[in-house]
Amino acid sequence: MAAASIPAAKPPAARAVRSFLSQYGLIVVLLIMPLAFGIHDLRSEGDLSRLGNNLVDGLSNGAIWALVAIGYTLVYGIVELINFAHGEVFMLGSFVAAGLFGTVGLTATTGVPGLVVGLLLTLLVSMIALGVLNVMIERVAYRPLRDAPKLAPLITAVGFSFILQNVGLLWRGGSQQGIEDLINSQKELVNVLGVSVTNGDMLAVAVTIPLVLMMTTFIARSRLGKAMRATAQDPDAARLMGINVDTTISATFLIGGMLAGAAGLIYALYQTTIWYFQGFTAGLIAFTAAVMGGIGNIRGAVLGGLIIGFIQQISDNRIGSEWTPAIVFAYLVLIMVFKPSGLLGEQTREAG
Amino acid sequence: MSTATAAPGAKATDPSQNGSFGLPREVRIGLAIAAILAGALLPLFIDGEGGFIDDATIALAYVVMALGLNIIVGFAGLLDLGYVAFFAIGAYTMGYFGSLFHITADGGEGVHILVSGPAAELPGIHMNFLLIVVLAIIATTIAGMVIGLPTLRLRGDYIAIVTLAFGEIVGRIAINGDEIKGFGTQLTAGRQGITPVDKIDLPFLEAFNSLQLRPWYWVAFALVLIALFVNFRLVDSRLGRAWIALREDEVAAVSMGVPLVKTKLLAYGTGAAFGGVSGAFLGSYLNTVNADQFQFSFSIFILAMIILGGLGSIWGVVIGAVALSFINNRLIPDVLNDVPAKIGLDFDLTELSFGIFGFLLVIMMVLRPEGLLPERRRQIELTAGVEDLAVDDDSYEAKVP
Repeated sequence: MAAASIPAAKPPAARAVRSFLSQYGLIVVLLIMPLAFGIHDLRSEGDLSRLGNNLVDGLSNGAIWALVAIGYTLVYGIVELINFAHGEVFMLGSFVAAGLFGTVGLTATTGVPGLVVGLLLTLLVSMIALGVLNVMIERVAYRPLRDAPKLAPLITAVGFSFILQNVGLLWRGGSQQGIEDLINSQKELVNVLGVSVTNGDMLAVAVTIPLVLMMTTFIARSRLGKAMRATAQDPDAARLMGINVDTTISATFLIGGMLAGAAGLIYALYQTTIWYFQGFTAGLIAFTAAVMGGIGNIRGAVLGGLIIGFIQQISDNRIGSEWTPAIVFAYLVLIMVFKPSGLLGEQTREAG
Repeated sequence: MSTATAAPGAKATDPSQNGSFGLPREVRIGLAIAAILAGALLPLFIDGEGGFIDDATIALAYVVMALGLNIIVGFAGLLDLGYVAFFAIGAYTMGYFGSLFHITADGGEGVHILVSGPAAELPGIHMNFLLIVVLAIIATTIAGMVIGLPTLRLRGDYIAIVTLAFGEIVGRIAINGDEIKGFGTQLTAGRQGITPVDKIDLPFLEAFNSLQLRPWYWVAFALVLIALFVNFRLVDSRLGRAWIALREDEVAAVSMGVPLVKTKLLAYGTGAAFGGVSGAFLGSYLNTVNADQFQFSFSIFILAMIILGGLGSIWGVVIGAVALSFINNRLIPDVLNDVPAKIGLDFDLTELSFGIFGFLLVIMMVLRPEGLLPERRRQIELTAGVEDLAVDDDSYEAKVP
C-alpha cells in the first residue's frame, strides 16, 4: 500500500523535464500561437502588423467576454453555481440596448455630444434593467434551492436560460438582425505602424476598463464588497457576523446582471448584428474565460476573457472560424493541465 | 428479513418522503418486475408504426445514456458536461462500420462481416450490429478514460468545464471533419451527415426495417435491461462503493486506500460505454449520423434527466429520462400544440416550445429539489440524522432477523 502511494524516485532527467514543464509549460502553451504566427508574419510579410491587428481585435472582443465572465465568476464565487442563464442575460442586454437606441432617438447621423449622452443613458438603463432581471431570476430559481443538492440549481439555471432564449426569439425573431451602426464601428480611428484601431475597439476598451476598475474597487473597499467576500468565504460564519447573506447574494446578482447588460450594449454597437442565440455561445465562452482565469477571481476573469479574445481572433483570421471553438477549448484543457485551479486561481471552498 | 413492519428507526423518517416510499423490499422487487413486464409488453398494445412507439424507443435509448451518465455524475460525483462526446463516438462507430461512408473500401467491393440482407450487397464497410456495439464500447471506454485523464488533478466544477471542453471539441471535429482527409476518406461527413445507416441485423432474426418499429423498441428495451443490470450490480460492488466513497469525501476515501486514478478512470470509462452503445443504436434507428446532433445542449438534456430523476438513484434516473424525453418529444410538440386551437385561440405554441421546456424544468426542480425518486443515502442525509442510516439500511436489516 505504502509503495503504491509513494512514487519511486525518478531518474534525474525525467525530473528535470518535469520541473521544466511545470515552471514554463504554461508560458509555452500561452505563447505558442502568437509566436508561431508572429514568426510566420515576419518571414512572409516582413512586419508584425497582421498579428498586431489580430491582437487589437482580440483585445476589444476579449473586453466584452471579460465583462460577461465577471458576472459568472462573482456568482460562482458566492453561491458556487454555474449560472447558465447568464449568457442569456447578456443577450437580452443587447436586445434592450438595441430597443433603446430607437427610443432615445439615436441614429447614425447623431452628432458626437448627442451620441455620448444618448449612449450613456442607454448604458445606464440597460445595466439597471438587466441587473434587476438577474436579481429576479435569483429570487425565483436559485433561492428556493439554496439548501437543495448542489446540482439542482444548475438545472433551474438551464431552465431559465431556455426561457430567456425563448423571450429573445419572440422579441426579435429567429434570424440575425442588423441594427444601426451608431458609432461607425469598423471605421479606423488611428493607425499605429500598420495596426488599425477602430471606433468599436476604442468603445469596448473605453467602457470596459472603467467598469472593471469600479467593480474591483467596489469589492475591495466598500462595506457591501466586504460582505460579498465574507459570504463567498463562508456563508454561515458571515451570517453569524451579522451580514445579511440574502441581500449580499442579491447584490452580487445585481452587479453581475449590470455588467452583462453593459457587455450586451457594447456587443450590439460593436457587431451591429444581434440574435437570440448569441447568448448561448457568449455564455460558454465567458464561463470558459472565468474558469481559465480561476473561477471566483475577478482579475482572473478579465485575464481569461482577454486571452480567449486573442485566441479567437488569431484563430478566426488564420485557421478558420469554424475551428475557433475547438481551439479555444483545447487551450482551456491545456491550461487546466498545467494550472488545475486556473491562471490566477484562489482557494475556493470547492476547489480548495 | 423484514416484512411490512419496518425496523423502528425507519419510522423516524416520513415514509412518503423516503426514496423507497417506505415500501418493504418485497413490494419494491414486485413493483420493479411489474414495471419491466409492462415495458416489455407495451408494444403489443400500441400501434407498431405510430409516433408513440417512436417516441418510446427514443426515450429508452435516452434511458441508457442517462444510466451511463449517472455512473459518472451520480455515483462517482464527477460533474460531466460533455457526455454528448460519447453519443457522437458511438454514433460514428455505427456510421463507419455500417453504412456507405467508406465507399471505396476494398476497391469499391465493400467489406462485409456477418451481415445479411440488403447491406451484404452494398459497397462500404458493413458489420453486424452486435460487433459494432462491441467496437462502440471499446471506442467510448478509451475516449472516456482519455477525457478523464486531465481531470484527475481537478476538483469540483473545474472537472465540469474540462469535460464540457472535450464535448465541444468532439462536436466541432464532427462538424468540420469533412475538411480532414486521409487514407482516401474524410473523417466525418460534416453537416451532411452519414445516411443511410444499416438497419440492425441480429442473428436468427430478419433485418429490421424503418416501418415496423416494435423490434427496435425491444432492442432498446433489452439495452435498458442490460444497463439496469450493470448499474445494480456495480453500485453495491467494491468499485461502486469506492465511487460513492470518492463522491462523499475524496481525501478520506484515498486515505482509506481507494485507488484514486483507477477508480475515477473506471467511472468515466464505464459511463462512457453506455453512451456509446446508445449512440450506435440511435445512429441505426434514426438512419443518420448528423454532426448537428452533437451539441452541448444534448449533454445538458441528459444531465437534466438524471438530476431531475434523483442523482445516483437508478430507478429515479429511469423515471427522469422517460419523463423528460416524453415532455420534449411528445408533450410539447404533439399534445400542447393543439391546446390553443381547441380552446379557440389563434396562437402558435411551437414558438414557445423550449420556453415551456425550460419552465417545466424550473417548476419540477423547485417543487422536488432532491429529484423525483431520490437516492436513499442522499434522502436520509437531507431529512434525517446519521443515526438512522444503519437501521434504515436493507443490508443491515437482512443480518438482524
